[in-house]
Amino acid sequence: MADEKPKSNLPPLTLHVPEPKFRPGDAVDYSDLDIPPAGAQVRPDINTAPQDMRDMVYDMIRVLDDDHKAVGPWDPKLNDEILIKMLRTMVQVRTFDDRLHRQQRQGKTSFYMKCTGEEATSVGTAMALHGDDMCFPSYRQQGILFVRGYPMIEMVNQIFSNKADKLKGRQLPIMYSSRELNFFTVSGNLTTQYPQAVGWAMASASKGDSRIAAVWCGEGSTAEGDFHAAMTFAAVYNAPVIMNVVNNQWAISSFSGFAGAERTTFAARGVGYGIAALRVDGNDPLAVYAATSWAAERARTNQGPTLIEHFTYRAEAHSTSDDPTAYRSAQEREEWPLGDPIMRLKRHLIQRGVWSVEQQEQLDAECLKAVKEAVIEAAKNGILGHGLHQPFETMFQDVFEEMPWHLKEQAAQANKEREIKWPS
Amino acid sequence: MAVMNMIEAINSGLETMMQRDENVVIMGEDVGYFGGVFRATAGLQEKFGKTRCFDTPISECGIIGAAVGMCAYGLRPVPEIQFADYIYPGMDQLISEAARLRYRSAGEFTAPMTVRSPVGGGIFGGQTHSQSPEAMFTHVSGLKTVIPSTPYDAKGLLIASIEDNDPVLFLEPKRIYNGPFTGYYDNPVSPWSKFAESEVPEGHYTVPLGKAKIVREGDAVTILAYGTMVHVAKAVVEEHDINAEVIDLRTLVPLDIETIEESVKKTGRCMIVHEATRTSGFGAELSALVQERCFYHLEAPIERVTGFDTPYPHSLEWAYFPGPVRIGEALEKIVGDLKS
Repeated sequence: MADEKPKSNLPPLTLHVPEPKFRPGDAVDYSDLDIPPAGAQVRPDINTAPQDMRDMVYDMIRVLDDDHKAVGPWDPKLNDEILIKMLRTMVQVRTFDDRLHRQQRQGKTSFYMKCTGEEATSVGTAMALHGDDMCFPSYRQQGILFVRGYPMIEMVNQIFSNKADKLKGRQLPIMYSSRELNFFTVSGNLTTQYPQAVGWAMASASKGDSRIAAVWCGEGSTAEGDFHAAMTFAAVYNAPVIMNVVNNQWAISSFSGFAGAERTTFAARGVGYGIAALRVDGNDPLAVYAATSWAAERARTNQGPTLIEHFTYRAEAHSTSDDPTAYRSAQEREEWPLGDPIMRLKRHLIQRGVWSVEQQEQLDAECLKAVKEAVIEAAKNGILGHGLHQPFETMFQDVFEEMPWHLKEQAAQANKEREIKWPS
Repeated sequence: MAVMNMIEAINSGLETMMQRDENVVIMGEDVGYFGGVFRATAGLQEKFGKTRCFDTPISECGIIGAAVGMCAYGLRPVPEIQFADYIYPGMDQLISEAARLRYRSAGEFTAPMTVRSPVGGGIFGGQTHSQSPEAMFTHVSGLKTVIPSTPYDAKGLLIASIEDNDPVLFLEPKRIYNGPFTGYYDNPVSPWSKFAESEVPEGHYTVPLGKAKIVREGDAVTILAYGTMVHVAKAVVEEHDINAEVIDLRTLVPLDIETIEESVKKTGRCMIVHEATRTSGFGAELSALVQERCFYHLEAPIERVTGFDTPYPHSLEWAYFPGPVRIGEALEKIVGDLKS
């Protein structure tokens, strides 16, 4: 087979398999990471043609500088109230993550996923959208729900798969859904939401609506075919959609090189499709907000889709089923040159003179108290594995709008088994 | 001989074949440096290098499509799809390409690949980490489907699959990676090391494809099962003290119809157990075959015990799973007249 033919005397080909720069135990050196100074990026007019702003995809929009000041044309010039809301929301997300992660470790549920270090990419984006814009999240955008005021207790109910879980215990923890808050049901399959978001945006445009769509995926899953189908449709139909790629450097154990990052940026994917694209410091909440605002205005004025790469870092494990110490250097997080979004916004507010260390401590305590209360309240509705929280009929509901005969038979069987297995 | 759990046996099978055949290559999401999310490929990159065992982009159509191209070159790829629930973006490459390459090129091109993928529930994986989609693939002409139920079989069947010149879908029941499962989810897992089937030769051996295994002899009823359900069915039979014959199919396509036919003609009764959804499940095929071939020997209607026709639920996982109660009830029904 492969070796039957004699080899020629041409130099042998070699297969390139990407390798991350650092593995466990390695000293981390980010000096070759090209991070431009804050404020140095041009802000193109909203109506700039994609081909006239291609440089943006190799640059990085940054607003907060090393002195914690907001600088340059991308400064969204938000008032103190909005900035403090942004900080509060991000702190609440992180506190929630820490607390719920701990609940999983205590055996109260099966699974959890944190977004630590990436809070700005969902909180900053969602705050720049209108509440009625439709979000198609991946599984690490819990921040959107916090921005839109989804009650924490409902999230915990879902995580505990308990009797108050609005998704009836059907979905893996964190795979939320809220039609009311225009938050599409989260799928465990990757990037399926991308073409769906484009389709929603096409529908909105065809109906003469004013709402736009926003969608998120990780850099790893840009390798899926759905991503490329979505880009093609978005370009062909000039769909009013913002396509966010959260480049957190790691897809479980595979670094971004396995999605193509050794060769170009993820924002540069837009160039080939003729889609406007921006690359943003994803740990700079103001830059994230500003880029989203730009893209939203563009979409809302019929100037089509924008692809935004948020350059960030997955500070913690992929999920509770993962152990990153087995494949990456712990120093990566410690030395991440773009810092932490919460720290950066906090320091900016302090620098502005509208915030203090004491206020921050108070905020941290308030957020912890709020999530503790939500967990206690939710636990009253049950935790996973302790009791059967959903009536067995619910397992058969919503397969179809109306239950066919065979599911009715099976539901009866399930209830019969219940009486045998768990006599009341 | 060494004592291995199912993951270790699969790892050993892969290592054995990589050692024997330099055309065997492994690829998939997280299979390289990390060694796979279930550790099935642990150590293989270190041992054989990055061009023999490597990570891929998250693109199942890319993984299977690239494997087809590697086959065309002459390699023998063993791609991993991280969970069977993620295989659907690769369906076109698997169904329309890999499975039909031999046929459409009149044998000029073939696809001797083995696609490995974990299946089944029982780990609170929700609907995207629990499915048993085997029947979608047994419906495809040109594709073999293999499901082992023990470490010994896992390694032997895996080697036979890799050596097979046709594409094989090798589905690994993840619930029994560490130990067999009797269906009582609240009991602690007994590790494979406590069972004889964990005795696995370290070198090369095969368990032939298309050959079922009678795991328990009996004359009251024939139970057809595969994967996790072999163990559950066997435990239920013993619990109910019914002298059932339990057959582990091991390979769904090609199916060992002779063993099935012989057994059903002996017992006169047949029960089929699978975890997958019922409608158009592999049990329907088995039921039709038994009816066609053993009709005049049957003394009771064929029973099917399956998962329900709903997505795999998260919190009600154990109400969904076709466990001891569902199987036991069907068993009593099918042999009821024997007892009275």
